[in-house]
Amino acid sequence: MKRIGIQQIIDHVAEMCIEANTFLSADMVEGLRRAKGSEESENGKEILETMLCNFEVAKNKNIPICQDTGMVVMFVSFGQDLIIAGGSLEEALQAGVAKGYEEGYLRKSVVADPFIRTNTGNNTPAVIHYQVVPGDRLKIKILPKGFGSENTSALKMLKPSDGMAGVKEFVLQTVETGSPNACAPIVVGVGVGGTMEKAAIMAKEALSRPLGKHNPLEHIEALEDYLLEASNALGIGPMGLGGVNTVLGVNVEVFPTHIAGLPVAVNISCYVNRHVEREL
Amino acid sequence: MAVVEIKTPLSKKERKKLRSGDHVRISGIIYTARDAAHKRMMESLEKGLDLPMDFTDELIYYVGPCPARPGEIIGSAGPTTSGRMDIYTPELLDRRLAGMIGKGNRSERVINSMMSNDAVYFACVGGAGALLQDCIKSVEIIAYEDLGTEAIRKIEVEDFPAIVVIDTLGNNLYETERKKFTKKLSI
Repeated sequence: MKRIGIQQIIDHVAEMCIEANTFLSADMVEGLRRAKGSEESENGKEILETMLCNFEVAKNKNIPICQDTGMVVMFVSFGQDLIIAGGSLEEALQAGVAKGYEEGYLRKSVVADPFIRTNTGNNTPAVIHYQVVPGDRLKIKILPKGFGSENTSALKMLKPSDGMAGVKEFVLQTVETGSPNACAPIVVGVGVGGTMEKAAIMAKEALSRPLGKHNPLEHIEALEDYLLEASNALGIGPMGLGGVNTVLGVNVEVFPTHIAGLPVAVNISCYVNRHVEREL
Repeated sequence: MAVVEIKTPLSKKERKKLRSGDHVRISGIIYTARDAAHKRMMESLEKGLDLPMDFTDELIYYVGPCPARPGEIIGSAGPTTSGRMDIYTPELLDRRLAGMIGKGNRSERVINSMMSNDAVYFACVGGAGALLQDCIKSVEIIAYEDLGTEAIRKIEVEDFPAIVVIDTLGNNLYETERKKFTKKLSI
């Protein structure tokens, strides 16, 4: 049976936290370049240029793109034939986050209790979603999630009769209210179906799907196209200061649901939509 | 695009000259404060205590910077969402605060208070933390050091880029610009 030592996991997670916060993935940079090319607003063009320039500065100075280096969300896919040697997987993942945030000079933004609000000092705990799969691989996906955009996210339990039209209306409403505060152009992750928490988790993971890659289901791809066009017709634009690029991409995921329900979750990410993935 | 150079402290007379949509470069001293620092300042006022500083004609920058790398004075330092401070802002405007730098919309209550106090709201590009760090020339913590990134810092900036979003007359760029680009759907 394959074995992975916990130190290896700690080191990988630490590196991934730093990498995600310092370098933006190619799909996001390309998306912003395209937006700059199509932007009609003078303010919008200048803002997009500033954003692209900021990526270069962050890369060259090896500092975070944005000061909100997020609360870490992880999607861990754990092969059932794999053995974790030397300690607990959960503790290793959390220790990796603490190491990465310390060594990378990343901001520690996590408070221990939502009411008492004392900073934990090392950006842990991360929110970790596990999935057990066949095989002997460990796949770790890391999304450091900034809260300017997280705060604009929303969930609604629609009725089956609300259907496609209800989903469209709720997503567009969330985009319209949220995008000026969420550092537009945003990426919109949508989860439809399942239960309340399933919809929310799908919406979160949808943010990590590369820009321009559609849902393979034809009617969902059409929904993604509609939501993208309708969002960009709102006129909100980069940083909410007007323009035709409010949303860079809409990624929708679906799951079977109950006969009585139509849960919809909308998770918003700013244009610094950070996601890195490694397989050990 | 014309750029207006402004220096802090910012007098009422200077504030009144600024118009929604102006691109500015700010130089001089500004003060950082976000959620926790605002909450603590309000608690001081409720207890009848003084604020840690006199805000007359000063600007507050809503930011919680990253830690500084060795050899640097501060880490990435872009704006945070201003709306979370809406509940606290009028109290500070009534104490002669000149304006705020952040991102995102403000409440009607804040805008009314800005108009009666001749205050200005600037936005800078969210997420551009690495670029804005370059404009910061000195940093000194002046209050609430235990709040870490949320402590009140006195920072000196040079050519700090921002846009006037809400001016002393209440003109709001979020509303005026959006209308120009709203389109009818083709599908």
